[in-house]
Amino acid sequence: MFNLIQVFCARDITALIRALPGSAAQGLIWGIMAIGVFITYKILDFADLTVDGTLGTGGAVTVMLVLAGFPPVVAVGIACIAGMLAGIVTGILHTVFGIPAILSGILTQIALYSVNLNIAQGRANQAVSVDMYNLIVSGRDNPLTIIKVVGILVVIIALLYWFFGTEIGFTLRATGCNENMSRAQGINTSVAKVIALAFSNGLVGLAGGILAQYQGNFDVNMGRGAIVIGLASVIIGEVIGEALFGKKLNFSAKLAFVAVGSIIYYVVIQFVLWLGLPTIDMKLFSAIVVAIFLAVPYMRARSKNSYRKAARS
Amino acid sequence: MLEINNIHKTFNIGTINEKKALNGVTLYLDEGDFVTVIGGNGAGKSTMLNAVAGVWPIDSGSIIIDGNDVTGLPEHKRAPYLGRVFQDPMNGTTATMEIQENLALAARRGQRRTLRWGITKPEKARYRTLLKSLDLGLEDRMSSKVGLLSGGQRQAVTLLMATLKKPKLLLLDEHTAALDPKTAAKVLELSDKIIAENNLTAMMVTHNMRDAIVHGNRLIMMNEGQIILDIKGEEKKKLSVEDLLQKFEEVSGEEFANDKALLG
Repeated sequence: MFNLIQVFCARDITALIRALPGSAAQGLIWGIMAIGVFITYKILDFADLTVDGTLGTGGAVTVMLVLAGFPPVVAVGIACIAGMLAGIVTGILHTVFGIPAILSGILTQIALYSVNLNIAQGRANQAVSVDMYNLIVSGRDNPLTIIKVVGILVVIIALLYWFFGTEIGFTLRATGCNENMSRAQGINTSVAKVIALAFSNGLVGLAGGILAQYQGNFDVNMGRGAIVIGLASVIIGEVIGEALFGKKLNFSAKLAFVAVGSIIYYVVIQFVLWLGLPTIDMKLFSAIVVAIFLAVPYMRARSKNSYRKAARS
Repeated sequence: MLEINNIHKTFNIGTINEKKALNGVTLYLDEGDFVTVIGGNGAGKSTMLNAVAGVWPIDSGSIIIDGNDVTGLPEHKRAPYLGRVFQDPMNGTTATMEIQENLALAARRGQRRTLRWGITKPEKARYRTLLKSLDLGLEDRMSSKVGLLSGGQRQAVTLLMATLKKPKLLLLDEHTAALDPKTAAKVLELSDKIIAENNLTAMMVTHNMRDAIVHGNRLIMMNEGQIILDIKGEEKKKLSVEDLLQKFEEVSGEEFANDKALLG
């Protein structure tokens, strides 16, 4: 304990505070991606690993189009469409060819690595400078980035709130919960899955496009571990939302809390880096955090309902 | 209303688990027929219902519902003709959606689903009246998630969903088997009421011979993937459980004798 205090005192607290806007901006951008993960993981009950590739696709498409002279807004829109196509590929692998969900995602993800490099004309890194192009967001201006991305999130959440209240939205929710019943009610569950995967990956492509502009470049590894960050945000957001408001959260509030979860994730990452965690250990740390968050609800339920406890009483 | 023409289905062809589940089933139902289906385990009762519902394609034969040949249609394309209630109460509803949302899903069975709202105000009023008729107090919990309901309540909601949009044929697959006797009786009574009120054509699989006799206007018994008994009208009304048991034993007993003969 004493050691920890020493570590704290030895660090410059203002450095941490100065890093906060950057964490919030990054967290918000990843929040868009995490909402995409929410659609597949929570609504469709499909752990979609495509996203690790899709984020890079969004980044590559955006950067190359901006370099080619397209307005950044148009470039991000096309990045979103590219993401949707990736989601459709995963959906077809799963529904038409019967490949298990996880494996379909992995296959598309691996394929996208090559696709992304091809889009970026064979280069693992492509810079796009805010000095030369009128980018939507930039890491140089965090407050403006925060305002703009919050605006984008509000629009996305409103659109999803509307969509999941429509007849087609209902079919996605029903398919994710009970496929037999859905078919008995005349729902084509394969189509519903493909739509959900397309929307999810469309959001991830969009997030990739914004992230590339924020960091000023496309990097072929920018999406590595994205699914872990997405899941972390979904779970942290859920835990915090329920802690603050109980189980009665409505759908749009749930989505908003996914973005909040993403911000918290980045603040925590910033904090442990500030404490002195080497950057190379960051992914290890992320994986451990997500594993703990996934394990805690299960372990808690088990401790209430354990054989050992039954034997004692 | 329903024509089942000499259908066959064998599962796991070419493996050690090969099972002839349907072995030439032929059955014609008239409009308004309410048939109860009995038979031992593995006789093919649920398999016949699943064949009609299109859970998988049949090997040969044809299925015609109200003049439409549905043999080549997948499950979700046959749904417009069918209302279904399953044995497992968890199967017929979507736990993570509200009671009223489940009903709204069922109300659109067979319709093109669009980007219009999934549930509308006038619908909610209609569902409230319908739920009230179940007499389970569900009309005051319309926005509760179905996952919070008991098995009996879920089965009652499923029944309502199956008949919300009048189906050409209602398929009840041992829909009371997982319920306690009191709840089972209530759900059965409800089924009778809904079938009578809407003049539905229905097939009900059951393990309970008394139920099979009391309900419906026609009774069929299955064994080894075939219909071995078909009793209608006045004859069915006079039927007793003993008669049925005797018939049942006639069939299985004969086999038993055959086995004995083979082994002896």
